[in-house]
Amino acid sequence: MHPAPSVIFFTVFSGLGFGFLAWLGIGIPGPQGWDAFPYFFVAYLLAVGGLISSTFHLGNPKNALKAFTQWRTSWLSREAWMAVGTLSVMGIFAAANIFFKIQMPPLGWIGAIMALVTVYTTSMMYAQLKTVPRWNHWSTSALFILLALGGGAILAGDVFGTLVFLTLAFVVQMYVWIAGDQRFAARGHTLETATGLGTIGKVRLYEPPHTGTNYLLNEMVYVVARKHVLKLRLIALLMGYLLPLLLAGLSGRLFELQITALVSHIIGILTQRWLFFAEAEHVVGLYYDKR
Amino acid sequence: MTQLPQSTDKKLGLVIDLDTCVGCHACVISCKGWNTENYGAPLSDVDAYGADPHGTFLNRVHSFEVQPNAGGCSQTIHFPKSCLHCEDAPCVTVCPTGASYKRVEDGIVLVNEDDCIGCGLCAWACPYGARELDQLAGVMKKCTLCIDRIYNENLPEVDRIPSCVRTCPAGARHFGDFADPESNVSKLVAERGGIDLMPEQGTKPVNKYLPPRPKDTLEDVDASAPAMKPVADTPKGFLGWLDKALEAL
Repeated sequence: MHPAPSVIFFTVFSGLGFGFLAWLGIGIPGPQGWDAFPYFFVAYLLAVGGLISSTFHLGNPKNALKAFTQWRTSWLSREAWMAVGTLSVMGIFAAANIFFKIQMPPLGWIGAIMALVTVYTTSMMYAQLKTVPRWNHWSTSALFILLALGGGAILAGDVFGTLVFLTLAFVVQMYVWIAGDQRFAARGHTLETATGLGTIGKVRLYEPPHTGTNYLLNEMVYVVARKHVLKLRLIALLMGYLLPLLLAGLSGRLFELQITALVSHIIGILTQRWLFFAEAEHVVGLYYDKR
Repeated sequence: MTQLPQSTDKKLGLVIDLDTCVGCHACVISCKGWNTENYGAPLSDVDAYGADPHGTFLNRVHSFEVQPNAGGCSQTIHFPKSCLHCEDAPCVTVCPTGASYKRVEDGIVLVNEDDCIGCGLCAWACPYGARELDQLAGVMKKCTLCIDRIYNENLPEVDRIPSCVRTCPAGARHFGDFADPESNVSKLVAERGGIDLMPEQGTKPVNKYLPPRPKDTLEDVDASAPAMKPVADTPKGFLGWLDKALEAL
């Protein structure tokens, strides 16, 4: 799949923003009054910035409001509802705290759960696709949610949360890569099943439908730069997981090395998300003998 | 509404005969022509006269080569591919705006371009590459089964079939109602063992493909043997004398 920058930024930063909101909702770190303003400002900047970034991916954004209508079947529509709902609930929670110093923990907890559900709906836009076997698995959602919690914990300056959730995310990440590498073959999609000609014998592409490229190839058969996969996975592991874990471990309870850990985590997860798209093989590539 | 209908009254679709298709791409061109001039946004081309031309097509012909398991020569098979109007169409349910829908009356999968935001999720959900986002209009394009032909009473009756079917010079494309077991397409599928593409995706395609018939094989006989048989084993007359004379030398 084409690793479009707009979608990479969307998933990485809205994930971080909603993860941070989840921590703020349960009162970690629990700033009061105007002190809370910068915390919520950063969380909203990330979440809303990510959401706005996603609209750059649209071919016809003037109809964007209509995306709220099909929540019965569409994960994208559900994501739109959950995002707006979470931002509204957490907006009330934040405003009450910042302007009136009123604490409403139950509302915060509801907002925190909604924030994680939002991240889940984002992940399901990818995990629902049978056409991309690498994504079509529960581990896609698990990793999105754990990364939101881990990255959110760094932003919240919570050493314990960082250690717990980034370690869990690391474990799931290893599983996602190892199992993901085998899933396309395991699902049994081949040029023979794609054409139905397997009953005769072995099929190969003799001539593509056109000499040039097309939307399908550009969007879903992204094959360039896969040769650097191992190096990029290593960068993602070191920067996204191991270095932030090390810095959290070295910090005291106050997470002194928070900013370094955050920058490293973001670079690592941007790399991870680029790979998430670039490595994902769509079954339509079979018809073009390219994956 | 992006909820799929439980069932549709008709199941309109195509049968494509892989034994008959000659790979001339006439269906590709007629489809592009009709659908550029009629329903919805035109099918645009980008850099049409430049170094890297590409554009939107609703129908494309791949050509495959199959090496038979049973041995013998490989077979070249031309393979036209367009929307299969699946009963369990994954492209419809993922649509966030309701622009994609499957019609209850005839089963045709359509895009309402006035509602489409061009997110591309439906094209991602389709295993067959049947949907293409038009690069100029920014909306999703797909085969409509020529909805503006098949019900169009301004056209002569013979033309009230999809453009690709009407134009195919080999008769490799057939249009009809799969819900009616007596229809031309249902009979063809029953006779020739019509198949689904990528059935493991669970999309239940309406369109069916007729696999190439098995090729006959040549018996191992020496075709020139009768012609090379000696005309006479024991020559007579002049040839007999010559034979004996040469032998005596």
